[in-house]
This record gives sequence, structure tokens and C-alpha cells, in this order.
Amino acid sequence: MSDKVVAELHEPTPAVGDGGPDMIQLLTPEGERLSHPDYDKYVADLTPEDLRSFYRDLVLIRRLDAEGYALQRQGELGLWPSLLGQEAAQVGSGRALKPHDMCFPTYREHGVGFVRGMDPQSSLQLFRGVSQGGWDPKDHNFHLYTIVIGAQTLHATGYAMGVKMDGNVGTGDPDRDTAVICYFGDGASSQGDVNEAFVYAASFDAPVVFFCQNNQWAISEPVSKQTRIPLFQRARGFGFPGMRVDGNDVLATYAVTQHCLDEARNGNGPLLIEAFTYRMGAHTTADDPTKYRVSAEVEQWKFRDPILRLKTYLSHEGWADEAFFTRVDEEADQFAAELRHGCITMDTMPGETMWDHVYAEDHPVMEAERAAFQAYQASFEEAN
Amino acid sequence: MALEKVTLGKSLTSGLRRAMERDPKVVLIGEDIGKLGGVFRITEGLQKDFGEARVIDSPLAESGIVGTAVGLALRGYRPVCEIQFDGFVYPAFDQIVSQVAKLRARSLGAVTMPIVIRIPFGGGIGSPEHHSESPEAYFAHTAGLRVVACSNPEDAHWMIQQAIECDDPVIFFEPKRRYHDRGEYDTAATEAPRGLFEAHIVRPGSDVTMVGYGPVVKTMLESAAAAEADGTSIEVIDLRSLSPLPIDTIVGSVRKTGRLVVVHEASSFLGMASEISAQVTEQCFYDLEAPVIRVNGANIPYPPSRMEEDFLPDLDRILDGVDRALAY
Repeated sequence: MSDKVVAELHEPTPAVGDGGPDMIQLLTPEGERLSHPDYDKYVADLTPEDLRSFYRDLVLIRRLDAEGYALQRQGELGLWPSLLGQEAAQVGSGRALKPHDMCFPTYREHGVGFVRGMDPQSSLQLFRGVSQGGWDPKDHNFHLYTIVIGAQTLHATGYAMGVKMDGNVGTGDPDRDTAVICYFGDGASSQGDVNEAFVYAASFDAPVVFFCQNNQWAISEPVSKQTRIPLFQRARGFGFPGMRVDGNDVLATYAVTQHCLDEARNGNGPLLIEAFTYRMGAHTTADDPTKYRVSAEVEQWKFRDPILRLKTYLSHEGWADEAFFTRVDEEADQFAAELRHGCITMDTMPGETMWDHVYAEDHPVMEAERAAFQAYQASFEEAN
Repeated sequence: MALEKVTLGKSLTSGLRRAMERDPKVVLIGEDIGKLGGVFRITEGLQKDFGEARVIDSPLAESGIVGTAVGLALRGYRPVCEIQFDGFVYPAFDQIVSQVAKLRARSLGAVTMPIVIRIPFGGGIGSPEHHSESPEAYFAHTAGLRVVACSNPEDAHWMIQQAIECDDPVIFFEPKRRYHDRGEYDTAATEAPRGLFEAHIVRPGSDVTMVGYGPVVKTMLESAAAAEADGTSIEVIDLRSLSPLPIDTIVGSVRKTGRLVVVHEASSFLGMASEISAQVTEQCFYDLEAPVIRVNGANIPYPPSRMEEDFLPDLDRILDGVDRALAY
């Protein structure tokens, strides 16, 4: 290996970068619209009304997140994984999906679930402790949250293999051709399952888009502990395209995800998107980021805020006025109040239902344990 | 009737074939299962007849085999995974116990996981390490999974079809040192002689109950025949289902004989025999004439193959167990 190659390989990934020259951006942090020869076409048809609805989604899911955080601090949730700072990555990618595309989230994609049409209460159930998931993935083609890091990348790949076996790839029929999107983080890129998923997806040409939200931190570990090279470049080693998009730019995320989903639907999958973003809050409410990162870094990322830049753009173009922004804020207040009410009034299922859904077919152990539990409970009532 | 003598391996192949003919959603996935037909040739000829999309040669990654099977199941398929050897299932452990086993509960029943994970298990074939293990207790310990082990050609043929038809995930253990053993059964039959989760009394007896599964069933039958010559009548039960445990069959037998010997190759500590012993003690305390006796593998890593005969429960060690039960 030449010294130059060795030197290049050892060039450290900056803890806080600007994403580098490969990062696709359509909206600067200052709210200026950049032109891009490959991706402009994906946003060309967006009307001011569409852009206002993007803004609304961003604000509402930031509010969902703030409410989740507050509910945890007030003891109403056991834990809350925050998405603060990652709203554009989630709204942009989520809105690029068609209803019949399938989505595999981690446990942080509350925003993707929201734009998929899922009841936002559903995102709270797991963290309130009333269910280990609790929704039907088929309702909104949004799979259950997966807590084991990276495990869902294989599920997405297998599902995509099934889509291909069903013949729902590359037919040219937009209602039939189907893509699968799979979310994971920079930390997950180190997991064996993620690397196995890349191998399987490539070997079977599966119509899956791997969407890595590189939020720079895996709890306390910086991305430099996960990789020596920019994550999007990993794809090349597995034999499929990878690209880096500004994850705080909702337009670019929307455009790049659309492009990749189209490629997958046309049979040119898999693909990897690295959404270059930043987790502004803690990993979860159990984490304390002041122990491992400097506030200057967080301050630097505040200037790249996904909501602020879209707001500036909308204002400059004259597509939204103060009255609109106020209306969205009021809607967010109402949304938060409903979310809070729904959370604190959420039903806890009776204990005897714990045995109900472990097996599809009768299982004698479940039946016997449930009966014993019921008898035990009843013994207290008799004693009263 | 079409009585034929078929090997256990070939009876599995024909069982898989029938399941694939019956349901186009049944797909096989595993390493080397295509052209080669698997290292034990269980899937021989199936890729030729059903195509590469239904008999999928997987990359060399076990977590990927099971993890993609989860996705295939979510898409409406019924995947049958082949793990090449018992000791290679551990890289897939997380996918099996955290995902396959729990997705139904996590979705409150909205998701079904009709996945079969076939694992050739047990020793006695002179292989190097990681090729002779008995990992069944890890899976039987996990709620959401069903765990079965076949011991003879007829059961193997029917149990694999029943496992594939089951809407729950089934860990399907195959006794690899019995793959070439022949057994006679009606190959034209259209219905299984017994349910997948039922134990089978393969030899009735009155003095001692003996329970085991998989490769040791044959050894238990040989022991019972030897004991008969000495005037001891042993009732041999092939457990077949490890989870759910068909405890009623064992309890019924122990109430009759008053004595129980549990045989398996897996290490004794926290193994199937421990659970059976505990449940029988709870239910048959006043029927027992002797403590439950365990004849199992030692609590060591599986030994080098030239020492495995000292590790595996053989005829003498099983009969010694019977003597211990009768000594009370």
C-alpha cells in the first residue's frame, strides 16, 4: 500500500464536520435554496403548500418529542429516546415513501411513524410500559420499534427479498413496485447484523434502502469509534451505491430518499443513505451527554437547525407569513395537550392478558399459568 | 398402504417436499442447501424442482438466515431455515430469542412468525468441536418458541410438515447420527399418526419409566430390550416435544411405574431432565418410589470425538441409571 493510501485511510473522521464535499444539500443552514443537477427534479413539483406542510410536520414532531421528554421527567414514561435535531431526516425520508412501501424503524423514528399516519400515542406505549409495541405493522406499513441495535436491518432485507419474490419490483407499475426502507444509526453500523444485512441485500438485489441517521453519537461514543471512513462509503465495499445527504435539510433528504426508493422499486437496490445530522439531546432520558461532549459542538449544530432553515426559506420566498407560523405553533400546543391527555389516560391491560399473544396456537403452559394467576387473584377477592 | 423402509434423512426430504408442494409460500433458506442439497443432503433435489427462489442458498451468515426469515415471514412467506450444525446456531441466537420468539407478543398478536429452524444436533459422528452439541435447553427456556426433536423416520416425515404448518416458530432438532437409520412406515399415508406436540410411548412397560428424545431414543429402546432379558420392564417415552412439554404422558406413566429415568445428551445442569424432574416431583410426589434419575451428558464442553463415547449416554450408563432407580 502506498504511503498516500495509508495516509488517506488514517485521516480521522472529524467529530463535527460539515458533511464534506459529497454531502447533498438543497437548503443551506441560512435557508438559501441550492441547485443540484441530480436532485432538483425530485422537489420541482413541490408547491408552497407542500413546503408549508413539511414545516408543519417538523414542528409537530419536535413538539411530540418535547412532550415525550416532559412526560418522562414527570414520571409518566419510563424512558424517552429523543429525536431532537433529527426532524428533517425523518420527515424528509418518511414523506418520500409511498403508502405501499414498507418501513422498518429503530426506536427513535417517532417522526417517520407520524408522517406514515400512525397514531402518535402508539409511539408512547412502549415507553409508558403498557405494551412492548402494540400496533399492527400492516396498518401503516410501519414495523414495530426494534430495540436490539441493527436487528431490524435483516428483517427489512428479508421483507425486501419477499417483495422481489412476489414480483413487485421493476414492473413499471407505480402502484405495484415496492421499496423497503430501514432506519438505523451510526452506532448500528458496527453491528454484525447490519453488515450481514448489507451482504444479503446485495446478494439478492433486494429492493431495500438502508437509511442511516448518523447523529454523530452512539450514546457516549463518537462516530470515530464506529468507523474510519465516512459511513456512506461503506456501501461501496458491499457493492451498492451509498450517498450522504444533509440530514438537517428536509428538501435534500426528501429528494435523495425519493431517488433511492425509485431505484429500489425499479430493481436497482439496495442502496445506502447516510443522513448527516446531530442528536441535539441525550441518547435517551437516562443519558447525560454533558459527561462526554462539549457544549461548543452542540452550539455549532444549533445553527444548522432543520426547522429554522425551512422557516427562513419560506419567509424569504413569501410563501408563509407570521400568521401561518403562529397557527402551526397553536396547532402544536393542541397536539401536545392531546398527546399528554392520551398518555396519562392510557389503559393498562389486565395482568391475565400477559399470556394472550405469546403463541398463535393453544399452548398448555400459557393456559395453565393464566388460570393459576386468575385463581390467585380471585383468592384475594374471596378474602375480602 | 405403501410400507417402505426409509432413512430418517430421506423421510425429512420427502416431508419438506410435500410441504413445498402443498403451500407455495414455503421457502427454504440456508447454507449449501441448493445444488449440494445441504451437508447432510436433506434438501437434495429440492432446488432443482422448486427453483432458486424457493430453495435459497444463503450467504455464510447465520444471523442473516434467521433475520431475513423474519422479514420473509412478515411478507407472508413460511421460511424453513437450515442451520448447518448445532454449534453454529449461536450467531443467530439474538434473532431467534429476541425477534422470532417475541414478535407475536410485541405486536399483540398482529404478527405471526411461522418459521421453522432446522438444527442437526447431538454427537456420535466423530466430528470436530462445535459439530456435536445439544443446545435445546437454550431455546426451550424461551417463551414464544416451540421446540421439538424427532427420533425416527416416520416422525421426522410428519413432524417437519406439521412444524411448517404451525403458525408459531418451531425449533426443529434432527438427530444427525440417526440420519442414515432406516425405519418402516406407510409412505402413502396422508395424515400424521400423532400430533406434533404429543409424546409417544414407544415401548410399554411397568417397572420404570424412561424418557428421552432425538438420538437417545434408539439407545433407550436397546436398553429396555436388554433390561427385559434381566426381567425389568421399562416403559420408553419419546418426548418429541420439548416445549410445550407433554408432561401428562410422563406423569401418567410415572403414576404407573413409580420410577423415572430421564436421558439426554445435553449437559445435565438446567437441562430438560431438570425441568422434567421438577414437574414430576410436583405432580407425582406420593407416587414416586425413587428420586428421578438423570442420565445425561457431563457438564463440560463437548469433548474431542475420540472421547465422546465416555460423554454420551450409552446402553451401560442408561442401565446403570435404571439400577439406581430400582435400588430404592
